[in-house]
Amino acid sequence: MNREAKFVKKIDWFSILLYFLLVGIGWINIYSASVTEEPTSILDMSQLYGKQLFFIGSSIMLIILILSIEAKFYERFSSIIYIVSLISLLGLMVLGKNINGATSWYAIGSFTLQPSEFAKSATVLALAKYLSDIQTNINYFKHQLIAFAIILTPPLLIMLQPDAGSAMVYMAFFFVLYREGLPAIYLWIGFLLILLFIITLKVGYIYTIIGTVILGLICIFYVFKKELKRHRKTTLALTSLVAAISFILAVNYIFYNVFQQHHRDRFTLVLGLEKDPDKLEKIRKTFGFNTNQSQIAIGSGGFWGKGWLQGTRTKGDFVPEQDTDYIFTTVGEEWGFLGSSMVIFLFVALLLRILHRAEQQKNKFSRVYGYSVAAILFFHFAINIGMVIGLFPTVGIPLPFFSYGGSGLWGFTILLFIFIKLDANRINEW
Amino acid sequence: MRKLLLYLVVVSVGIIYTGRLSYLQLFNENKVATNFLNDSAIKTVYDYPERGFVYDRNGELLVANQPSYDVMVVPREVENFDIEEFCKLLNISPEEYEENLTKAKKYSWRIPSVFVPQMSKKEYAFLQEKMHRFKGFYIQKRSIRNYQTSVGANVLGSIGEVSNADLQKNPYYQSGELIGKTGIEKSYEDVLRGIKGVKYIQKDIHNNVIGPFENGIHDTLPVNGKDIQITIDSKLQEYGEKLMINKRGGIVAIEPSSGEILALVSAPSYNPNLLVGRQRSKNYSELHYDSINRPLYDRGLLAQYAPGSPFKTLNALVALQEGVITPQTTYTCHHGYYYGRSNRKMGCHCGSGKRNVINGVAKSCNAYFANAYRQIISKYDSPREGMNVWSNHIKSFGLGDYFNNDLSTGRKGRIPTGDYYTDQYFKHDRWHVLNTISNAIGQGQVELTPIQLANMTATIANRGHYYTPHIIKKIDGEDIDDPHFTDPKYTTIAKKHFEPVIEGMHDVFSMEKGGTARFLNVPGIEICGKTGTAENFTIIDGKKTQLTDHSIFVAFAPKDNPKIAIAVFVENGYYGARWAGKISSLMIELYLKGEVTLKDMEKLVLEKSLEEEYAKPLSGKPFTINE
Repeated sequence: MNREAKFVKKIDWFSILLYFLLVGIGWINIYSASVTEEPTSILDMSQLYGKQLFFIGSSIMLIILILSIEAKFYERFSSIIYIVSLISLLGLMVLGKNINGATSWYAIGSFTLQPSEFAKSATVLALAKYLSDIQTNINYFKHQLIAFAIILTPPLLIMLQPDAGSAMVYMAFFFVLYREGLPAIYLWIGFLLILLFIITLKVGYIYTIIGTVILGLICIFYVFKKELKRHRKTTLALTSLVAAISFILAVNYIFYNVFQQHHRDRFTLVLGLEKDPDKLEKIRKTFGFNTNQSQIAIGSGGFWGKGWLQGTRTKGDFVPEQDTDYIFTTVGEEWGFLGSSMVIFLFVALLLRILHRAEQQKNKFSRVYGYSVAAILFFHFAINIGMVIGLFPTVGIPLPFFSYGGSGLWGFTILLFIFIKLDANRINEW
Repeated sequence: MRKLLLYLVVVSVGIIYTGRLSYLQLFNENKVATNFLNDSAIKTVYDYPERGFVYDRNGELLVANQPSYDVMVVPREVENFDIEEFCKLLNISPEEYEENLTKAKKYSWRIPSVFVPQMSKKEYAFLQEKMHRFKGFYIQKRSIRNYQTSVGANVLGSIGEVSNADLQKNPYYQSGELIGKTGIEKSYEDVLRGIKGVKYIQKDIHNNVIGPFENGIHDTLPVNGKDIQITIDSKLQEYGEKLMINKRGGIVAIEPSSGEILALVSAPSYNPNLLVGRQRSKNYSELHYDSINRPLYDRGLLAQYAPGSPFKTLNALVALQEGVITPQTTYTCHHGYYYGRSNRKMGCHCGSGKRNVINGVAKSCNAYFANAYRQIISKYDSPREGMNVWSNHIKSFGLGDYFNNDLSTGRKGRIPTGDYYTDQYFKHDRWHVLNTISNAIGQGQVELTPIQLANMTATIANRGHYYTPHIIKKIDGEDIDDPHFTDPKYTTIAKKHFEPVIEGMHDVFSMEKGGTARFLNVPGIEICGKTGTAENFTIIDGKKTQLTDHSIFVAFAPKDNPKIAIAVFVENGYYGARWAGKISSLMIELYLKGEVTLKDMEKLVLEKSLEEEYAKPLSGKPFTINE
């Protein structure tokens, strides 16, 4: 068997099939959301569906390119790729184009490129490289700091654009770090902080502090009775308690004084903070408009959906940004529960497939890389659809493979297919 | 565990999202999926057909249409603008603006409501070009009525904005639409209205029209309303209303051979054009709250009066049928009828002497009919049983119950039964026929509406059958074929018994026989009639007070092959021949000859006002009656 034939046999065709299914279904829905009364050729480059078709075509070129490059290249050049990526993010401050209040794009002629979409792949490569280094031990605090630095530098730069949504996705890497041995305490602390955040907003900081103090004292009392090394543990518990109270106060202060009203409104809607129905209605009408409309549109699809191109709310542009962040509403309205749950199923299938293949990797670099791909795709999927169906505050990030946009599609394609290349190569000699 | 975490999170998020989707798409109660009509992206636009025209029996156009323009509001779409200017344009006050808007909001935020109804074409032309500045408001063209006549308001009725009750009862209607409220507009609403066309239009978020929804497969075309021809003779109707000016009461004329209502006059009346246009609600309130004249009250259909002497003809027929008298039976009148242990007297003005059924009717002898009535009831073992038999005969003339015809309103009247006296009136079984003797002369517990009295007359004219009185003649050029209107209804009285009674009614106009209407003859027309003078009472300061008698007259003509049967009530007009009889003769002459030759009589009636009479009980001063 020659190399090529082996490669074709080893490549994960199932993932590729899922990829093309998602991209194809995505395009069908972009067509429906953007087609006008008189349909033009699907190749019409003045229409979104025409452009997206071009992006899909160029993605196939990218795929061929990625798969034909030696697998070793990605590991070897990961640091350089990462640095180039950071430079491209920094360069935005000088050369970037401001669209809708965010300087996230380079404009080349009529095309725009969004470097943050590519920075994800670069970060994944860099992190995989660092973690797979034989000298790295994630249990060491110093190594943890370096890993954090690799992960958090790009989102810091992205925050400057500002594009909070894209930055948020980097939290996905904590799943990766945890998988690779990061002490569980980080996860617990993160989890507790989120819990405290929600509780503080929900019941008010005074009650939360009282509750926390009571709970803390019970812990200390318990420790006092049972443990021998009570002194050290008590100090730790007390420190934690003070930290928790400071956190609660900080949340309260930041939420009401640093956040702007439209930030607050996002949480107000999802957490149901506003009790006054009139005010709630007002927030719905103004700020929560997108989410409200998207839920109405999805709800109106029923079980079977209204059929392709038949969505009255899609046609009526009731849901803003329906080509991009809210593309899933078109699925919900026109394809109903059947179609939308199918899409969710496809995503879950792809994610599980990637996770499964990642776990099978003998090479740590490939494993970390695959795991990161799954985590990042999952974050996009969960946040985007969660927002569209009203389970998550409004965060502007695209649905992978689905949403309209060249940079996004290319970014995700690169992200996924580097892994497919690594995976296909797993038994080959390096 | 570390390996499994992300697996678990992915799967649980997948499950949670699928659950959320099923909630949104399958179980959400306010989901739009079940009905596209609930979808705010789809706007429903109605295309209103023209309402059918109304013609009289001779083909004269009575009711046509004219365009009218309603200012509509969709509260959801109202944006800030210069309210003061808007109010000035619409000629309303800012308070009215707020009030109307609040009302519209209460009905619906997204369904249009009428803001200012029925503007004229002139107002519309002025407003039209400025309308675009006032977001949320638009002008809806509708078709409203254009009356070609100033009479017959009670017959023709009117259309008005649907009430909330209508909206709940019939899903066809939308707020702001017009519906027949009274008269034929109400009873023939479905025929006249037609069916509105519906267009569903797909809109975008900015309320711009994108195009028809699903290429218009749900759209329907309007179906025009049908024209109808009614049985009213507008000339006769107009003349009747003219004669009744300054009087109160009703005239009902029926064609005996068909049951077609030729005239249905209620006085006082009003001009139907008052209930059209922007002043409609103001005018309506004025009419509605006029509790003295009650112009909206259709006396021809709703006023229950004691029928008085015309009722004697029925008692004569029942007595003949029951065999308690024959045409030869005589009773002697001693200026009245004396009865009971205390020898009570029912007075009579016939001049005393021997009476048979013919001159009994002609001279309206109270004593004769008291005797005959007593014989009928006494024929049976108990007065209760006798009264029930009597009642059944009387009811076979279409009395004492609704006609269930095509008039929008009506009353049952009252024909007492033996059971009624036992169970409700006396509340015991020991009453005597003499306790009810007033029924013999059409007083007592008997009450009829003018249309019932007219039907009774038509039945006598037909010698024993009648056709349910109705107002519709043709729909869309087709003669009606409702058996309820075209099949005769027979009385329980044999045909042969009618001749002596009709003879008596004919003699009412006879000079030689001294009939009660001998001065009311119409040259060249053989009229049969019967006068009536009914006592009536009112309560003033808690005291029962007698008022001037009601003047009543029934007649049909010609005697053979009758063309018209008529009943006239003139409230407090004193004796029957005084006003009701004259009006009856004039109406008959006009209808049969096409012109009126009795000019003196006509002048007398036209110039007579009974307003003074009607003012008496309201004056608070003592007054005399029957002058």
